[in-house]
Amino acid sequence: MSRRAAALALPAAFAVATALLATSVPAATPKRPAAEPAPVLPARVVDEDGKTVVVRDVSRIVPLNGDIAETVFTLGLGANVVGVDVSATYPAKRVGPLPKIGYQRTLSAEGILSLRPTVVIGTPLAGPPTVLEQLRTAGVTVVIIPEFKDLDAGARKLRRVGRALGVPGRGERLARQVEGQVALARREVGRTSSKPKVAFLYLRGAQVQMIGGRDSGADALIEAAGGQDVGKGLGIQGFRSLTAESLVAAQPDVILALTAGVESVGGVDGLLRLPGVAQTPAGKNRRIVHYDDLLLLGLGPRTGRALRLLIRGLHPEVR
Amino acid sequence: MASTLRFASGARSGTGRLLRPVPLLAGLLALLAGAVLLGVGIGAVRIPPGDVLAILLRHAGVDLGVDVDPQQDAILWAIRLPRVVLGALVGAALAVCGAALQGVFRNPLADPGIIGVSTGASLGAVVAIVLGLSGAFFGALQLCAFACGVLAALVVYGLARHDGRTEVVTLLLTGVAVTALVGAAVGFLIARADDEELRDVVFWSLGSLGGATWPLVAATAPFVAVGVAAALRHTRELDLMALGEREAAHLGVDTERVRLRLVIALSLATGAAVAAAGVLAFVGLVVPHLVRLAVGPANRIVVPASCIGGAALLVLADLVARTSVAPTELPLGVVTSLVGGPFFLWLLWRTREAHGGWA
Repeated sequence: MSRRAAALALPAAFAVATALLATSVPAATPKRPAAEPAPVLPARVVDEDGKTVVVRDVSRIVPLNGDIAETVFTLGLGANVVGVDVSATYPAKRVGPLPKIGYQRTLSAEGILSLRPTVVIGTPLAGPPTVLEQLRTAGVTVVIIPEFKDLDAGARKLRRVGRALGVPGRGERLARQVEGQVALARREVGRTSSKPKVAFLYLRGAQVQMIGGRDSGADALIEAAGGQDVGKGLGIQGFRSLTAESLVAAQPDVILALTAGVESVGGVDGLLRLPGVAQTPAGKNRRIVHYDDLLLLGLGPRTGRALRLLIRGLHPEVR
Repeated sequence: MASTLRFASGARSGTGRLLRPVPLLAGLLALLAGAVLLGVGIGAVRIPPGDVLAILLRHAGVDLGVDVDPQQDAILWAIRLPRVVLGALVGAALAVCGAALQGVFRNPLADPGIIGVSTGASLGAVVAIVLGLSGAFFGALQLCAFACGVLAALVVYGLARHDGRTEVVTLLLTGVAVTALVGAAVGFLIARADDEELRDVVFWSLGSLGGATWPLVAATAPFVAVGVAAALRHTRELDLMALGEREAAHLGVDTERVRLRLVIALSLATGAAVAAAGVLAFVGLVVPHLVRLAVGPANRIVVPASCIGGAALLVLADLVARTSVAPTELPLGVVTSLVGGPFFLWLLWRTREAHGGWA
């Protein structure tokens, strides 16, 4: 290859590759509106930052977070959803085939716009803020609802999202259902006779082990389920990495984890082989419980179910 | 210093004919123009070329009377165009800094990270993310990254200076030491970060032009201009310094002053680029070498050609980043490294063919 050709080959090849990639971008396919009872529009809601947002059209919805996507589907507006973020995993069969807009924290404006949404809805976790601003500039209605971290979160999200998307009645009805389920589960806690110490471990492969504390998303559930959050007891905020020795020192009776995390360390047997785990009461008695990511941490419409499951997981005496 | 001198003259010892400077610069300008056209014309949202033209002209004050969708107007004017412009600025800054620093250090491996700017800026960004400053006001993260990046470079220079003089190898090694130290601070903060903060840090450190807005472009441009202007102004001195420190001094070059000016101006430019787009590996390293391969080592050509070439390359790389997996994006740093890595290997392999490697 001559020097001139060599020097020009790279940019040229690059340009060709660029053009090829660019032309292969799939065009967004139009979606048929939902067959459910029609939403009442326009809907007026107060945004997280206090501004009033008017939602006029919910025919193409992009939820920015996994829990919000689940809430939208629960509200029966799933057929109007044209794209979700990668943390949306439920209902798996419905969200699986939808276009992905990236992770809720690292969204891209033009990517979302290419799905031609009429309304974009999420929590303050969605961002970066510039992208939300760019979406507003492009004329898309952006609704940001507050982030709730307690057990009422599931019901409150249903109400807020329901109101924003023009189905306030359905939102209210489903919210009461969730509250009923949570209340029912809470009553079960009365039948328990133990108060196990629970360590919520966030695992991603054998190298990443963090323990959850206050505001981990699981702390509210653990306490409501009659457990004692070990991480919170250690004064941990959110998630912190954990040494094997402090895990042993904390002596948890039960280890709580996410199913994907347990899989990443090779299942329950793999988890038991992690340093320190076998030396805890939880490890000795193989008391390891794990649930799906969005079920345990999402604090969405399935909060009542998550609580019931966790009560059974923490208290063998309740059967 | 034998190896570094070889780097300066290596490209000339090949067998092929070098490009003339004027055709090269003209070709690169055409490439940049093409890149900008492609960058503005293509995106996740399809906007017909005619509408693109109508929208651009309308913002320039010429109304073609074509009805354009206001949403497409917003996408083009508020999202895509600032992004392309920022990409060109960042690419130009990184490539010029790489070219000039390779000259200052007489080292082929010098890149904008070598005087600590990149890691310094990373520290600033991570501090802003972990301490929650990034939410305090718009641009807080960028400001923090820029300040820490420039500060790190000044610390490196200050520590390396002795009796009013700096010595190239000392400066280089001080850069390595400060980079390690700052890297440790970044690591410490990362260990303290929670899940979301960690995601933000990782996203930032992989580089992206997704945050491009007109105010960010306006804030970045002056610093890039300072860096590019300083590098262009001192190309003659850089050429003489390639002969060796003492030789250049004999020829009347105040090497200390040139070095200080360049280090400051280039830190400002790199700091602004990294603050705006995150850490983009390989652009600053690879583009100048590509240019040297085509036209030889004369800095008066290499610096301007790197400037234009770097701008074009980054605009194209960003085009790939934002369209290849639409509606999601690839991190820009991944794209630049994906192109830069194999290219660098090829460069090494070629040079070995020609005269047995760099050393």
